[in-house]
Amino acid sequence: MKTIDEINEKIKSGKVVVVTAEEMVEIAKEKGMKKAAEYVDVVTTGTFGPMCSSGMFMNLGHSKPRIKIGGGKCLLNDVPAYCGIAAVDIYLGATSIPDDDPRNMVYPGEFKYGGGHVIEEFIRGKDIRLVAYGYGTDCYPNKRIETYINKENVNEAYLYNPRNSYQNYNVAVNLSNRILYTYMGILKPRLQSANYCSAGQLSPLLKDPKYRTIGIGTRIFLGGGIGYVAWNGTQHNPDVLRSEDGLPRAGAGTIATIGDAKQMDSKFVRGASFIGYGVSLFIGLGIPIPVLDEEMAYYTSRSDEDFYAQVVDYSNDYPNRIPKSLGEVNYAQLRSGKINLAGTEIPAFPISSYSKAREIASILKAWIKEGSFLLTNPVAPIPGVGSGIKMNTLEERVPDILFTGETE
Amino acid sequence: MKRRFILKFKRNTIDKPIVYKLAKDYHLVFNILRANISPKADSMMVLEIEGDEGDFRKGLEYLKGMNLDVEPIEQDVKRDEEKCVHCGVCASVCPPNALYVNKETYRVDFDYERCVACEHCVKVCPVKAIHVYFD
Repeated sequence: MKTIDEINEKIKSGKVVVVTAEEMVEIAKEKGMKKAAEYVDVVTTGTFGPMCSSGMFMNLGHSKPRIKIGGGKCLLNDVPAYCGIAAVDIYLGATSIPDDDPRNMVYPGEFKYGGGHVIEEFIRGKDIRLVAYGYGTDCYPNKRIETYINKENVNEAYLYNPRNSYQNYNVAVNLSNRILYTYMGILKPRLQSANYCSAGQLSPLLKDPKYRTIGIGTRIFLGGGIGYVAWNGTQHNPDVLRSEDGLPRAGAGTIATIGDAKQMDSKFVRGASFIGYGVSLFIGLGIPIPVLDEEMAYYTSRSDEDFYAQVVDYSNDYPNRIPKSLGEVNYAQLRSGKINLAGTEIPAFPISSYSKAREIASILKAWIKEGSFLLTNPVAPIPGVGSGIKMNTLEERVPDILFTGETE
Repeated sequence: MKRRFILKFKRNTIDKPIVYKLAKDYHLVFNILRANISPKADSMMVLEIEGDEGDFRKGLEYLKGMNLDVEPIEQDVKRDEEKCVHCGVCASVCPPNALYVNKETYRVDFDYERCVACEHCVKVCPVKAIHVYFD
């Protein structure tokens, strides 16, 4: 019915009709699917939540004399960065923490500072203390360097996030008798709280549930700047339980994203400390979804009532990888602040920010309206429903030698 | 009228029966929401007092004359609005539901009137946006 190229022409000529995913729910109710598909060109989505699988690549520039940090050690504000690549390329992961952080030794640990915080400060334009060690070579004789870096004096700095924007997620509860400190926040004992983490009807991948328009190369809002989908995300799992119309009822697709950190805004990239768990990074992400036809109008207009998530116990089932659901709830119930699980009423709390998700969808809408953001055809699709992807697990095994006692 | 205050005792005030006085001499209904009293260090109490306006004013004057710092709770418990991302983690641990997700804006609202200064939110806030100043 419409192509992305046609929609882009409309954006350029200022005739595009772009609405947020929340607005699309109402428009489809009023006009019906056929008319909504004709009327609306683009639906903007947004999400803002802790996304541990995030981090930043940097090229530091060369010192005089040169140092080969690659294969050495590198600290940014005392937080270790990965440097097993070329001489002055490094990668700072969101969950990295200083070597002398006490972790959970005094439980629950506070995890006040880590990679996520360094990334936020870098984006704010602050100076970051760099201490790096190399082993010294003929071409890179320097063995230690101590200086400050910031976003003006490094060469490249870009976020590369191996897994962002989960398409749906578990609702976490606690069946045990003690409080739990998890990446899903604090879970009160004996089903006294249920925590969830999805923007529901605003969430990017829920609004294109079969990845028809979101693929490799898709231009997106990432951390307040412009980014791209680089690949499917890690643990991308399209073949989960789905509703008849194809909506995933559990954590399913994910995307790997990439974007220039120098153009980002710390309002949408925020270091996070999860008590008893560790450091993470709040990332704001939004994807425009072209309403190509009635099917896309249908999917973009699904509401919180249509999206279901599985309730999972984090005291025993999750830590022990027991694939068990205690029941299903939808996001309208979750967002009401209470869910009902087999007769038990449980207070429900978000750990991702719906108000920020709204803000992101609105900003993206404004960008498209003013013509500064064009839509993209995916360069290649990400694996879809029926691709046969199964999540592998990690099984522990020991070398045979330990059983036979024989050596060669 | 009814309000919540944070009382900060100096070491030489803690042996004074101030709550008794508030009730007996000024006819105020009191509710101690939190107290951390120690003879060795500066002490604090989160106190809700209720009574008619005249008694309330006189009671406050009495407190202020007792070598105590008396501060409305919102003056000592503060949220940094620049830092808060409205994720909702604090709401999940707030016993009196002073922090709660507004069902229209989906922002986390802070009702200082319900706060008991327990500081649970301070410890769990992922972006460390909430501060309690007891100095």
